[in-house]
Amino acid sequence: MIFNDLIQIKETELAARKKITLRCCMAAGCMPSDAKGVKEQLVKAVAEAGLQDQVEVRGVGCMKLCCEGPLVQADPQNLLYIKVTAENAPSIVAALKGGQANVAQADPNAAFFKKQLSIVLANSGVVDPERIESYLAADGYQALHEVLHETTPKDVVVAMVKSGLRGRGGAGFPTGLKWGTVAKSPGAKKYVICNADEGDPGAFMDRSVLESDPHAVLEGMAIAAYAVGADQGFIYVRAEYPLAISRLQIAIKQAKQMGLLGAGIFESPFNFNVDLRIGAGAFVCGEETALMASVEGKRGTPRPRPPFPAESGLFGCPTLINNVETFANVPPIYRNGAEWFAGIGTEKSKGTKVFALAGKIKNTGLIEVPMGTPLRVIVEEMGGGAPDGGKIKAVQTGGPSGGCIPAQHLDTPVDYESLGKLGSIMGSGGMIVMDQTTNMVEIARFFMEFCMDESCGKCIPCRAGTVQMHHLLDKIANRKATARDLAKLEELCDMVKNTSLCGLGQTAPNPTLSTLRFFRNEYEALLQPDQFGPRGNGEAAKQPAAAKQ
Amino acid sequence: MIATIAQKKPSRLKTVLEHASGDKRFKILEVHMKKHQFRQDALIEVLHKAQELFGYLEDDLLLFVSYKLKLPPSRVYGVATFYHFFTLKPKGEHTCVVCMGTACYVKGAEKVINAVQENLKIKPGETTADNKVSLLIARCIGACGIAPAVVYDGTVTPRTTPESAVEQIKKWVAK
Repeated sequence: MIFNDLIQIKETELAARKKITLRCCMAAGCMPSDAKGVKEQLVKAVAEAGLQDQVEVRGVGCMKLCCEGPLVQADPQNLLYIKVTAENAPSIVAALKGGQANVAQADPNAAFFKKQLSIVLANSGVVDPERIESYLAADGYQALHEVLHETTPKDVVVAMVKSGLRGRGGAGFPTGLKWGTVAKSPGAKKYVICNADEGDPGAFMDRSVLESDPHAVLEGMAIAAYAVGADQGFIYVRAEYPLAISRLQIAIKQAKQMGLLGAGIFESPFNFNVDLRIGAGAFVCGEETALMASVEGKRGTPRPRPPFPAESGLFGCPTLINNVETFANVPPIYRNGAEWFAGIGTEKSKGTKVFALAGKIKNTGLIEVPMGTPLRVIVEEMGGGAPDGGKIKAVQTGGPSGGCIPAQHLDTPVDYESLGKLGSIMGSGGMIVMDQTTNMVEIARFFMEFCMDESCGKCIPCRAGTVQMHHLLDKIANRKATARDLAKLEELCDMVKNTSLCGLGQTAPNPTLSTLRFFRNEYEALLQPDQFGPRGNGEAAKQPAAAKQ
Repeated sequence: MIATIAQKKPSRLKTVLEHASGDKRFKILEVHMKKHQFRQDALIEVLHKAQELFGYLEDDLLLFVSYKLKLPPSRVYGVATFYHFFTLKPKGEHTCVVCMGTACYVKGAEKVINAVQENLKIKPGETTADNKVSLLIARCIGACGIAPAVVYDGTVTPRTTPESAVEQIKKWVAK
């Protein structure tokens, strides 16, 4: 494979395009609502109408508005059909010749779509994830070619530093710095790992990226491998995402067949292989050291750092671990230049971020917005606010490691620092909206139960602390706790946060702490008077007596 | 004490291998291990395959894997019990997996679970006495846009209500 072959395939693919395209969402959001049947019926209807020469029915990745699935988009008419059923297919095909289809439509110019800026999701809903030619037609693998033939690994790292990209897994560590550290680490064998163990409940960005545009992740990994000097990559993906796994398997196979993975890529001395590793349902494996233990076939327990994976990681070799979204950002950065990327976003947080909008909100689905976009724009303008006339009470970001941002702080810009100041985190991008019917104490208990179940049991603060905190939260929620229990809970939160071994334990108290910070009255309303007094010395209780009446 | 040590127990492994020789699925599993060159770091992949073939990981199966990969049984057992995906108990004929991710929880997945629990008289993670239905909880299947989601025998169903879940369960039980 040389550059001309790449262009050749692209041109053949573009020339084969037909006048009209019907794009059918084939991602996990629409598949349960019979998206496959819709696509089959559309193909049949096109054939019956004798339009095969003019109309292409293409299965694509996520088209973002998941709540209205299955979605079908007609180009160039720019019509977005929602809640399509297999019976609607003839009507949609008939409408291509003019007239109105008897199917509900969404406005493709609504704020939900117009306010988005797609970098990671640019190909999502456009290319066919199961055909590499479709990705090549969208200038795929050209960045890899340019990097391999026109730059040195050192320059690749320099460009990454210049772009200002920060890790999209949650912590926001500068990606360029990480690449530079791995590149400088001595060692003949190095590894690149893609962390696709999207464990946060309520987050589905990585799943969508893998299902919609798997080749972008592979290309990003290959560029990273060239920069750090690795020749073996692993993608660690959750077993709960069977569709993402099968699309990745197809993508890897196709890329190998075309010589875009394997030995001597683009006739350069660079070799790179990618293997899949399937997780087995352990949230803690999203933590990098636990993930590496799992790739090695062991129990997924974290270990203390240092040594950091960049020095001693998988099988004791220097290892680069990045999130799916981080890798998906890499090809666009090299295609368009680091300056272009650095021009998007805020001063400290560059580029865009994909969020999975879900919960009590009208438009659930995927959104990609520039960093620094206020939460209000995301939730109210794009998300359409709470359904059924409800009022938004809080937005939860960062899953079990994050916190709840109350409605009065909705004007906060979304970037790593601003969310951190409010006691939450950017996280991987799950955004759950809660309305006035949501009980915040129960939410805190829900997340604590999650952390309790998922604690790996290696360090005691997390193993025992989460159980005790859950017990206290349960007691509060069941109206059996006193002010002393609340004080004990706060004390425990602080202890677990500061003494746990890995990120799971260190952030487990976050949902409790942030709800305590902003919704303390809800906790206090559930407290019972303490018959032994606040210090337990028999002094008559005075304060929370009001709660009972 | 000394007597117990001196008295050698009959080798468990021998019976396991005898058991394995009569079952075709062990052969398939061995071929799969060979594909991974019997590498010890492929343990999780091998267990995935084993569970796919047998439905659950029985003791003999774990011993067989440990023998073939040259790993101590404690290590294989440790890994099998660490990950939620692996089950050491047989599952029922049908499985009902209720997603309890945050989005599903906020939208009322708990009510769905309670309704199913009441109907089947079992707790999450258990199987009915007649081995018909297993009720399981998933941590998040990533179908948050269509919450609450329930997976019936591998098919994801969007926007479940307690009533629709019970209806599906009743269909299974009636059969």
